[in-house]
Amino acid sequence: MRKFSYLTPRSLDEAISLMESYGERARYVAGGTDVLVKIKEGKLRPEYLVSLRRIPSMDRIWCEQGPSGELRIGALATHRALECSATIRWHYPILHDAVSNIGSVQIRNVATIGGNLVNAVPSADGAIPLVTLDAQVRLQGPKGARQMELLHFFMGPGQTVLDRGEVLTEIIVPPLAPRTGSAYIKFGRREAMELPLLGVGVLLSLDQEMRRCLKARIGLGVAAPTPMRAHEAEAFLEGRDLDEATLREAGRIAAEESRVRDSVRGAAWYRREMVKVLVCRMGLRCLERARAPH
Amino acid sequence: MARRISFLLNGELQELEVEDHWTLLHLLREELGLTGTKEGCGSGECGACTVLVDNKAVNSCLFLAAEAEGKEVLTIEGLASPDGTLHPLQRAFVEHGAIQCGFCTPGMILSAKALLDENPSPTEEEIRHALAGNLCRCTGYLQIFRAVRAASGQLRGSSVEVIARSTE
Repeated sequence: MRKFSYLTPRSLDEAISLMESYGERARYVAGGTDVLVKIKEGKLRPEYLVSLRRIPSMDRIWCEQGPSGELRIGALATHRALECSATIRWHYPILHDAVSNIGSVQIRNVATIGGNLVNAVPSADGAIPLVTLDAQVRLQGPKGARQMELLHFFMGPGQTVLDRGEVLTEIIVPPLAPRTGSAYIKFGRREAMELPLLGVGVLLSLDQEMRRCLKARIGLGVAAPTPMRAHEAEAFLEGRDLDEATLREAGRIAAEESRVRDSVRGAAWYRREMVKVLVCRMGLRCLERARAPH
Repeated sequence: MARRISFLLNGELQELEVEDHWTLLHLLREELGLTGTKEGCGSGECGACTVLVDNKAVNSCLFLAAEAEGKEVLTIEGLASPDGTLHPLQRAFVEHGAIQCGFCTPGMILSAKALLDENPSPTEEEIRHALAGNLCRCTGYLQIFRAVRAASGQLRGSSVEVIARSTE
């Protein structure tokens, strides 16, 4: 592998100031499972790698009051830590569905959720469930800290709003309404070690009779250059009594909203058809999960 | 740049100088001569380079040697007892014909060890999920899954192995 110096700051301020002094010659690294591959392939040629791994408590997964409070995920939390978290498996199954199928155990033990988001690939499985959960991200850089909706963090394939030297530090998921179900499917040709042809996340909150939809969220991956929400399909569902026919119609609307395209992994018409099918299927899974006794 | 690191390798304390850009795989194979860990794809797809760092399976081809500082690293060389007695997983792989060319075997066994340490009685599905990052090109997956199940039975006592077999 090409030579570089590996810097291991112990605080965020130190990391940011290192980036400021080395400028274009430096690059942040977290788990390294993408950055090191890019260096090996010659796509990245940093002289300095500024590691975020030794910054204390940046890998914390924190949920003080259960699902009635907000969930905070440090950007350095590994996919494996999220996969093994009982809180996430129980209360945020949509996130568990996604992180337990990213890469392999070996990758998930090292790769971080922040790294997954910052890479901003259209197929990022970590992003879709978080967008569906209305997650916010906290950024910190030379000019201070800011917080924004994750949906607006992505600018295009491989592009985010991060300024030079800025770090994604934390992901904040707002409290869940009672009687909420959520589900994600990574749809591909193989069961593992693959990028999705399509990613579909759905979240539904129900009324006390467990029938009427109070809140709907539909997140789509690989359906546009960046993670997207199917706003029209969501609006269609909210206020309606939910059954399979209603969810199928929501799928049809979401498919129309999607901006799928042809790629090596699949044709646009096929992706559009599968948005239809999978939105409905994940909707049904949400109902099952919302109705399951906790 | 070079740095001094110290870590436990197969139970023995190592203190040595490593270059910043070295991977753990490079350190093990090229500097320490531990060639049991294999290099396949070099990009985290095949799992041939799997080792355990603090009991967690990682791809050593994408893990910087510098990050081994203060950690406990286990390679295939450290699995058998010092007297040469094979680990139950190694024995099970031999007994069930789970080895053909052998290139994926060290990684397979270490991934399986990480699984069994965490979950002593995995289901078939859990075994497949845990080994999804280890490719075998001799098409020996069924034998491998069988070996892992047998080893999990032996590690827990043989009566459980019978139950595992009967669900085949």
